[in-house]
Amino acid sequence: MNDQHAAAPGDFAEVEMRGIVRRFPGVLANDRVDLRVETGEIHAVMGENGAGKSTLMSILYGLQRPDAGRILLRGAEHSFGSPVQAIAAGLGMVHQGFKLFPSLTVTENVVYGDEPTRRGLVDRAAARARVAELVETHGLRVPPDARVADLPVGVQQRVEILKLLYRDARVLILDEPTAVLTPAEADRLLEVIRGLARSGRTVLLVTHKLGEVMAVADRVTVLRDGRVTARLATAETTPAEIALAMTGRRIDLDRTHPAGVPAADVLEVRGLTVSAGRGAKPLVEDVSLTVRAGEIVGVAGVAGNGQSELVEALAGLRPATEGRVLVAGRDVSGASVQRRRAAGLAYVPEDRATVGAARDASLADNLAMGFHRTAPLVTRGGFLRRSAIREHATRVIERFGVKAASPAVTIGTLSGGNQQKAILGREITHDAPLLLVEQPTRGVDIGSIENIHARLVEYRDAGHGVLLVSAELSEILALADRVLVMYEGRVVAELPRAEADPHRIGLAMAGGTIEATVDPDPGPDSDPAPTTAHLA
Amino acid sequence: MSFDAELIFSALRALTPILFAALGGALCERAGVFNVSLEGTMLIGCFAAVTGSWFGGSVWIGVISAVLAAMVFSLLLAIGAVTLGADAVVLCIALNLLAVGLTGFLLRTVFGKQGTFGDPDLQGLRPVDIPGLESVPFVGRALSGHSPLVYLSWVAVVVIAVLLSRHPWGVRLRGVGEAPEAAQSLGVSVARYRYAAILTSGALCGLAGAQLALGNVTLFSENMTAGRGWIAVVAVMLGRALPVGVLLAGILFGLVEAIGFRLQGEGMPQQAADAAPYVMTLVALFLATRSRGRRGGAPPGRLTGRIPRPRRIARTTTESPS
Repeated sequence: MNDQHAAAPGDFAEVEMRGIVRRFPGVLANDRVDLRVETGEIHAVMGENGAGKSTLMSILYGLQRPDAGRILLRGAEHSFGSPVQAIAAGLGMVHQGFKLFPSLTVTENVVYGDEPTRRGLVDRAAARARVAELVETHGLRVPPDARVADLPVGVQQRVEILKLLYRDARVLILDEPTAVLTPAEADRLLEVIRGLARSGRTVLLVTHKLGEVMAVADRVTVLRDGRVTARLATAETTPAEIALAMTGRRIDLDRTHPAGVPAADVLEVRGLTVSAGRGAKPLVEDVSLTVRAGEIVGVAGVAGNGQSELVEALAGLRPATEGRVLVAGRDVSGASVQRRRAAGLAYVPEDRATVGAARDASLADNLAMGFHRTAPLVTRGGFLRRSAIREHATRVIERFGVKAASPAVTIGTLSGGNQQKAILGREITHDAPLLLVEQPTRGVDIGSIENIHARLVEYRDAGHGVLLVSAELSEILALADRVLVMYEGRVVAELPRAEADPHRIGLAMAGGTIEATVDPDPGPDSDPAPTTAHLA
Repeated sequence: MSFDAELIFSALRALTPILFAALGGALCERAGVFNVSLEGTMLIGCFAAVTGSWFGGSVWIGVISAVLAAMVFSLLLAIGAVTLGADAVVLCIALNLLAVGLTGFLLRTVFGKQGTFGDPDLQGLRPVDIPGLESVPFVGRALSGHSPLVYLSWVAVVVIAVLLSRHPWGVRLRGVGEAPEAAQSLGVSVARYRYAAILTSGALCGLAGAQLALGNVTLFSENMTAGRGWIAVVAVMLGRALPVGVLLAGILFGLVEAIGFRLQGEGMPQQAADAAPYVMTLVALFLATRSRGRRGGAPPGRLTGRIPRPRRIARTTTESPS
């Protein structure tokens, strides 16, 4: 697709990694990996979590040293001791967590560390002109004078790309770039990536999303368990073939689960508001919703639009300023976490490491949490019964297929997918009428995703209600019987399963209007910050 | 009590040690180091200033000794907090205690005195009359006739303000304080910039000590800084670590000290006058935290002393490498 630009001197690849080996204690993260990327190509590196793709990129970018193997850029061998050397050689990387200075302007962020100067001082005019020129040539649409903190995530990401272009990176490594974007922003990013390739730059896209790989990449290298399992040209392959190479088995990617049969309300929320402090726009504003037994209600939205705060308020971790919450018919507004759980609520939080689990405690102790006040895990005198805790853990581990050497291992040593299975298992075992689930498959490999989704559907079919918050639209679409969309703290759309399509949800996520179903009501006091302006 | 030129004069004199120290504190804050060792470092500066001036026979040797000694002292903070990764606050408290004990001990061993050392032959900083200015009514009497370090402190405000806003070094320093990982990823050495900030802060505290011991008075007495370094820490917070903000906050404290001193002359109990700056500090801190609710132009960092919710932090860093 970009052959006319692939004129590397001689016949050298832009990037070539040969026989890369990287060992960690007990794990072979990269096992003789070869990667060849041509100039001007968009090359996807795919694999499940733990497949070794991040390790491979860290080695290429100088963050880690390989135990064996060679790195060649346009035929010249390099050995990077730090990213600074990699940058000097023409590489650039956009990390998953951005590395920006929120209080500085776009221009200051871009030129940081390499400022143009005039008479010893930073030449702001020259810096701004250079940034504006880059914005113009690459169609990045970033305001050079805005403070980075005021910009939406999608624009911040383009600032990261600007930084690389300013340093004249020939090869751009993007690590899971669409994970934090709305569908519309993701589309825009893919357009930017195509533009970069057209201008002769090479893009390495690290991702697990098959859709965007098929849409934008020229070729794919697939890793599994530290080894390359496939090298494919996207024009000649199918998503199913890539998924097979990633997982080693057939996976039904487009599986949607049959709809549930809703019954009585298990959660009723009326006019819930969570204040952000005096004068500030509320984090959650006048949210009303119901979840019935036998249905999964999905909450979609770009991260940071109040979903987390809503769930925290429902779980009792964050005080609500106004509104009523009924769990299984009992009013728990203002009640403690313990009372809410007693009323019939279970909760799988987004942050496994710090909220969902006690990282340094054993798997067995983690699985006992929430069961630790009552028999059979406690004696009548109030002492814990270790044997009962172990049995309880063994049961959950078996039932939910948690892979662990023993119940005594520290939960923090398990893989993300196994931690999540353990936490989900614990909460499902509570058998509560209502399950709050936040980002259940974030950082979880494809195989476990399938398993977790099946568990949630099974739970629903057993007559429980589920409130599912997810930034993955595909997850919402696959599971939810009803979809709510949150934008700036409000529920701006409610769509039944039949009407929930990516386009409509995506529009609502970006603050757009969906005819008739929504009443966006910006209100006189809504924030006129550039959020929407830059999305448009 | 009248609000006259002499009052402004003594307010400006009282301001100077606080201003120097607070500028140092602001630089550290901007670099992401919460430096509360200003008090102890200033005290080391006081002692070194008197020692240098006494044995060197020149006030300038005193000033240079103060700067060097305070820099060496703050090197302990730099090594501990930057290289060894110790908690800066804990380390600073230890340094403050060390400074009191060390100067008291050296006062006894070097000068054979207890409590205070002063001597008519000890060289102090001479007042500088600014030609032209001194004859202007009111303004002349308020602004002219200060020690050279007073004027140097005003220059320092301007230099540091320009440095932070316009010089590559200052812009990078701010970045180091705000997002060290981002700075590191762009090849800017966080450690080097933090060392520079801490050592510069040491030099400024040395100047603060020299002004206090050779300018405001000409003697050394144990614990003579009497909380000025802590007031400087508050000035950093109130001034949001901006040089001009720090100057304004410092002027406030200088005025309160001067007014207190004046009232003492008019019959107010000495204890009440001595307490005035600290009462002012409390009031200022209270007002500052009340108005700090919304996110304004405040620089990031630990200025408010508010602990960020761990959950938010975890959210941005949970992505583990696969």
